[in-house]
Parts: sequence; structure tokens; C-alpha cells
Amino acid sequence: MGKVIVVTSGKGGVGKTTSSAALGAALAQNGDKVVVVDFDVGLRNLDLIMGAERRVVYDLVNVIQGEAKLTQALIRDKRVETLYLLPASQTRDKDNLTTEGVEKVIGALRTHFDWVICDSPAGIERGATLAMRHADIAIVVTNPEVSSVRDSDRIIGLLDSKTVKAENGERMEKHLLLTRYDPARAERGDMLKVDDVLEILSIPLLGIIPESMDVLRASNIGSPVTLADERSAPALAYFDAVRRLKGESLPVTIPGEKRGFFGKIFGRKAA
Amino acid sequence: MTAVLTQPRPIRLKGRSYLALTLTPELPFEDWLVRLDDLAGRSAGFFLRRPVVLDVEGLEIDRAQLRDLVGKLGTRNVRIMGIEGARPSMLGSDLPPAMSGGKATGDIEEPIAAPVKEPPAPAAVESVAEMPAAPLPTTGAPASLVVTQPVRSGQSLFSEGDITIIGSVASGAEVIAGGSIHIYGTLRGRAMAGTLGNAAARIFCRKLEAEMVAIDGFYKTAEDLESTLRGKPVQFWLEGETFTAGSLT
Repeated sequence: MGKVIVVTSGKGGVGKTTSSAALGAALAQNGDKVVVVDFDVGLRNLDLIMGAERRVVYDLVNVIQGEAKLTQALIRDKRVETLYLLPASQTRDKDNLTTEGVEKVIGALRTHFDWVICDSPAGIERGATLAMRHADIAIVVTNPEVSSVRDSDRIIGLLDSKTVKAENGERMEKHLLLTRYDPARAERGDMLKVDDVLEILSIPLLGIIPESMDVLRASNIGSPVTLADERSAPALAYFDAVRRLKGESLPVTIPGEKRGFFGKIFGRKAA
Repeated sequence: MTAVLTQPRPIRLKGRSYLALTLTPELPFEDWLVRLDDLAGRSAGFFLRRPVVLDVEGLEIDRAQLRDLVGKLGTRNVRIMGIEGARPSMLGSDLPPAMSGGKATGDIEEPIAAPVKEPPAPAAVESVAEMPAAPLPTTGAPASLVVTQPVRSGQSLFSEGDITIIGSVASGAEVIAGGSIHIYGTLRGRAMAGTLGNAAARIFCRKLEAEMVAIDGFYKTAEDLESTLRGKPVQFWLEGETFTAGSLT
């Protein structure tokens, strides 16, 4: 049985789709079988980021409504053969996502894949709550900035109340992925500090992804950043995040900080 | 057009519990209504102007049946102020609001014991108004609530007693207590203590970043709070009608 991960944030534009694609690709590059599911019905983007926009025939809504089989809707990546995409519908309404339909699709994907990554839409409406509903693990994507942090806090509250796990009295495993971290702005004090974000959200840190042109460049060529340039700073940060996700205990480095100067190891834990 | 606030006095918001009668209908409603009519027949005006809550917990009924029952009670001069134990789907804007968290105060006696002493019409209003003014149940202090997790943005906690939080209260979260509030973490959201009319209630927090704090209806927003207290361990209390804050260090 595979693990279901929801990549969520509450706020839009913080990097959910970029992170879903990058983490999915990084897991697949390690040989795991991965499917990334776009839940943003009506505003899909994941197909673009993964460079599959011209290959979409059927989508999630088609599968839920019984108009297509799951295997017909899944798109296999051309670069990594264990990476698949289940696109969202661009034309349908998000009300077409039914609780039972989503449960069936996620249940089926879980048996075929090692990882099912659900890319949540922004907001706390139907699409977002359905994306998180069947998750085993939540990755909360947050920018070091107050509005993003508060929205993430709201989402964590929902993860602890509106998911199948929460309703069964179990605890949802939650990780914080701090994205668009800008060392130069952090230096000037224009951004929330990593420790402040961790103190407010009090969930463990999965990784810090630096703000980088590489991310923009990768999405322009329709490639997850971990595939576009494996040696770029954001790609390395995503690879590290994946190792932590798989249970490795790896110290988190803050981008731009001189490591090893005091022989300092940033083994960070949430409060 | 801009309204100019000439009154510097802020509006006071308070929570309060009242004593209401609870009717627990049974299926089939026809038979139950016959028994109710029988009771009402023996004591005219028993339900008149009384606040009545309908408890439908465990009843297998749908919205139409519920609306029908409320209507039938209405024709009998039983005005339903709230409905307890109904599924949210059963309630709409055309039905009284949902109520929860009620506590039993024992059965209210049927006035059948003194049927002869039926008060004359004008006095009836008086006596009925008096009746619900019975003191609140005094079954010891209300239970306090201890929370061991952070209170997240958008969450709202309520307890009639004290609330203790081992963790932080996020921006956009609120904690409402009849008693005092203790926060062993950072208070970034709202804390309202003594909301059931307890002026002796206090608010304590390890680190103050609050959006709003209130005791017994008196409140202060973040802007009104002294900036020197920000980020410090702080307590709030009422001195007469003065909202007072003091450092805990």
C-alpha cells in the first residue's frame, strides 16, 4: 500500500504545485513509483509544470464521473518512467469532485503506486478539503511571511479535524516545507526568521527551498526543478527534503548561511 | 458617508446562560401532541412566553417533519427558541437556531400541583416572567478545560470554566472562557475571559502578541495595548471597570 501525501498551504502562489512536481519527480528519480494528482479543478497548472499539457486526454473528473478508466487518464512522464500525472479538469466545475469519487480514485492509486501526491488548490473550500481528506502525510508549504504563515496555521487546524485520519482519532503526520526563502532578504530582516515560523506553526521542518531563478526556468521549460537541473540549489533542497520524508535524519541547512564556520549543525526540531 | 463615533464608550459583548424549558418530543408526534395538549389543557398558559428548546436528539425525522412539528407547536402558542440535537442539514434559516452544550437542571414541575390558583390574566405575565429567573444550577464550579495542543488559526475554544492551554494561540484563533484563561505559550489571537459575567477572571500568557483581550465585556485591541508589554509574559485583570495589564516578570 502506498502513502498518500497532500501538498497544501491555504494561501495561493506559495509553491504548492512546484513542490508537488519537484518532490514527486525526486521520489521517482530514486526509483519509487509515484503519481502526482492535480486537485485544482478549473485552474490546473501541474500539467504545465510537468510538461505534459499536450498529452492530457482524460482527467480526474472524467475518472470520477465514470467517463474514463483510471489507466486512460494517467500520463506517464517521458523522462522518468516511474513518474505519473493525473491531471485536473480545466473546463469542469469543482463540484464534480465527489467525496465518494475521490475516495475511490485515491484508494485505487494507493494500491498501484508507492506515493500518491495530491496537489491541493489554494483556499479551504471543497477542492482543498477533498485533496487532504484521504492523506496519510501532509506537507504544508509556507513562505516566510505573515499571511502565508497564518493561512498555513489554519490549514493545520483543518488537517487535524477534517481528514479521515483525524475523524478516526489518529494523528496526521505533518511536515513544514519553507519555500521561496530569500537569503538576501533574510539578511536585511525583511522576512520572518525560520525559527519564528517554526515556533508559530510548531510542526517539524522538512526542508527550506531557496528562492531561485532555477525554479522559474524549470517551469518555463515544463520540467520539475529536480529534473531540469539536478545540481541547482532548489533541486538539492528538494532531494534532501525527500530523504527526510523517507525517514532519514538529515540536518536542515538554511540557504545562504555559512555552514561549518563554527562547526555548527542545524538539527532543527519544532517546538 | 463616514459615521463619527462620538461615544468613546465601547460596546460590551457578553455571553450569558439562561434557564429554558426543554421539550423532548417522541414519535409518533400525533400521540405526543395529544399528551402535550392534555398538559396544556390542565394548565393554561404554561408555555406562554416561556423560552422553550426542542430536543430532537436521536429522533429519526427529516427537515419537513421538524418544520411541521415546530409549526404545530406554534399554533399551540409554544414558541421554540432553539433546537438541540438536530443534524445541521435539518436546520435552515426558517427554523430556530441550533443549541448545544445545555446542562440539565432537573425537571420543571408541571403547575398541575396548584391548578386552582390560576393567576388572573394580567398577573400571569408577571409570574411567567419570574419563573425562568430561577438561579443557575450550582453543581460546583464549572469544569475547566485543559488543551495540550496549539490552538490554530480559525479555531474557537469555549468553556464555562477556566481554560488552560499548553501551547500557543494562533493569530485568528479565539479562546472564550467563563473563568480565567492561562496560556503557556504565545497569545497571538483573541482571549476573552469572564464572559459569563465574572469580573474576577484573569488572562495570563507567557508571551503577549494578542489581537484582542477581553474580561467580562471590557476589551482591548492590539493597538490599545501598551507596546512595552509586547512579547512579555503578561496578565490582565479588571480593577473596578478599568482594564489593567501587568508584566508577570
